[in-house]
Amino acid sequence: MKKVFGRTRTLRDTHTHYCPGCGHGIAHRLVAEVIDELGIRERTIGVAPIGCAVLAYYYWDLDICEAPHGRPPAVATGMKSVNPKNIVFTYQGDGDLAAIGFNETIHTANRGENITVIFINNAVYGMTGGQMAPTTLCGQVTATTPSGRNVKRYGHPIHVAELLANLPGVSFSSRVALSDIPNIMKTKQAIKKAFQVQMDGKGFSIVEILSPCPTYWRKTPVESLKFIKEKMVKTFPLGVFKECGKK
Amino acid sequence: MKSKAAKERKVLMCGNEVIGEAAVQAGCRHYFGYPITPQNELTAYMAKRMEEVGGVFLQSESELAAINMVLGASACGARAMTSSSSPGISLKQEGISYIAGMELPAVIVNVMRGGPGLGNISPSQSDYFQAVKGGGHGDYRIIVLAPSCSQELYDLTALAFDLADTYRNPVMILADGILGQMMEPVALRQINPKHVKKPWVLTGAKNRPGRRLCSLFLETGGLEKHNASLQEKYRRIKAKEVRCETYNISGAEVIAVAYGSSARLTKAAVKMAEERGIKAGYIKPITLWPFPEDVFIKEKDKNKKYLVVEMNEGQMVEDVERCVGDRKRVFFYGHAGGWIPQTEDIFKRIKKLA
Ligand SMILES: Cc1ncc(C[n+]2csc(CCOP(=O)(O)OP(=O)(O)O)c2C)c(N)n1
Ligand code: SF4
Ligand SMILES: [Mg+2]
Repeated sequence: MKKVFGRTRTLRDTHTHYCPGCGHGIAHRLVAEVIDELGIRERTIGVAPIGCAVLAYYYWDLDICEAPHGRPPAVATGMKSVNPKNIVFTYQGDGDLAAIGFNETIHTANRGENITVIFINNAVYGMTGGQMAPTTLCGQVTATTPSGRNVKRYGHPIHVAELLANLPGVSFSSRVALSDIPNIMKTKQAIKKAFQVQMDGKGFSIVEILSPCPTYWRKTPVESLKFIKEKMVKTFPLGVFKECGKK
Repeated sequence: MKSKAAKERKVLMCGNEVIGEAAVQAGCRHYFGYPITPQNELTAYMAKRMEEVGGVFLQSESELAAINMVLGASACGARAMTSSSSPGISLKQEGISYIAGMELPAVIVNVMRGGPGLGNISPSQSDYFQAVKGGGHGDYRIIVLAPSCSQELYDLTALAFDLADTYRNPVMILADGILGQMMEPVALRQINPKHVKKPWVLTGAKNRPGRRLCSLFLETGGLEKHNASLQEKYRRIKAKEVRCETYNISGAEVIAVAYGSSARLTKAAVKMAEERGIKAGYIKPITLWPFPEDVFIKEKDKNKKYLVVEMNEGQMVEDVERCVGDRKRVFFYGHAGGWIPQTEDIFKRIKKLA
């Protein structure tokens, strides 16, 4: 029989711990495919976050290091300083990147560290039980905002991709969504671009990925995709906010 | 062959800079730090020296970032160091716990100042508990070295890198503001860094499966096993790495116990006591963890008295009590908040106990 579809080299052959319909698994696969298509597996080092993706090293057959909650950019900075030829990337959730670790995010981006950040925006803290994230939508019900996110109390959701695009050290900043096949393909293109920026030594690159968390959105997987397309993108517009050297 | 004198340049440097030079000579090429008094000379020195030797110096956005940069550099095989003073060391504790859990080498310098809170910038030994009893979360130990003069700052910093690599464990240099600021001649002897193989280092998975460095153990019994193996390592360290300086403990009626800056003043007080015919000796722990327990435990004479001198409200004294096993014979002299003991006053207390 002819094999028409398989696992890409960088993905391990294992069971997933993610919930049905979760975006993490798709994002993992896209990152793995990009790494293999670019042929950089043997010089790539990943930094796993604290969040639902803490076990990323169960899925990627790469050299991977754990980082304390929010500190992947600092860990990546230390790594890249040892061997700049390594391709170093972090994979972080919205709590990790935009709450507890926002200082590291901003400063690593501002220094123009030549690393790539894959940022999973699922508008909640998945791992700890669906609490409010800095990216939780206005009015969105979470474990810690039972009557919906109150803007007077918590302000508006943070726009990471736009914010970082303002920093001179950032060479590529884009927001994509795992909402349907065309958008998943665009997500892959953005991830590839981000890694290419690093391979070209151009500095900090980030891809913000709108990603479903059916479990804590209290929705089915299909409803979750609809939620991204109809609600989430209204708050978080998709697009490329910065691309240095583009004619 | 070069003469010993040529190899051992004697120079006058401030203590903070001595630590920096020792690190450079020990092969440290990755330094990450955030400014705080009284250790700023070390950060500035590393900025200058890393440029000269082609190393990496990075002023981080915080102590949190600095310790995690050390984590990353160490995961990739570098001899990495960070330094700070008390409040900054508190911020590093989560990272230190991860580094210990992941079993990575790291050298952390604490040039202690007065606390709690912002306290002040005067010298202090108030972070003994934090350093020795595990300042972060979880059952882990770090090796704590306590220099008491510039020469020891140099020698123990070099040793710290070797120990960190040998045991894949964080090592802390616990100094204080006096040591950091003081100028003293120091012999910059040639350091031959121990070469330790690091088959666990992350390099990119070339011709091999991916490697992981983590402190997470979810499988049943996994974390228990990991802890057991850490404890086994700590037992090995306790058996092999205790360092301590003693003087006349067998002939003494009163044994003074002190480390770091207060040990210098205590030694002078013991000398003073001897000159006046008092039978005195001292114990100066050099490794605070592992603590030189046996020196106390093996002492057969049950009449000896111990005077513990610390620039804090009584921290190491608890370890001395534990090891002596008789609190009635252990006495404490010390204060926190920038207080420095005077030789004369220590002498008076020794005399009272004799
Ligand atoms: C210092 C610290 N504080 C809090 C936690 C608990 N914690 C673990 S993951 C997490 C939030 C994860 O949310 P996010 O980064 O959005 O990732 P997700 O699970 O949604 O993918 C929190 C608060 C922790 N592990 N460490
Ligand atoms: S809780 Fe949400 S983010 Fe976490 S695995 Fe489940 S669906 Fe995914
Ligand atoms: Mg999240």
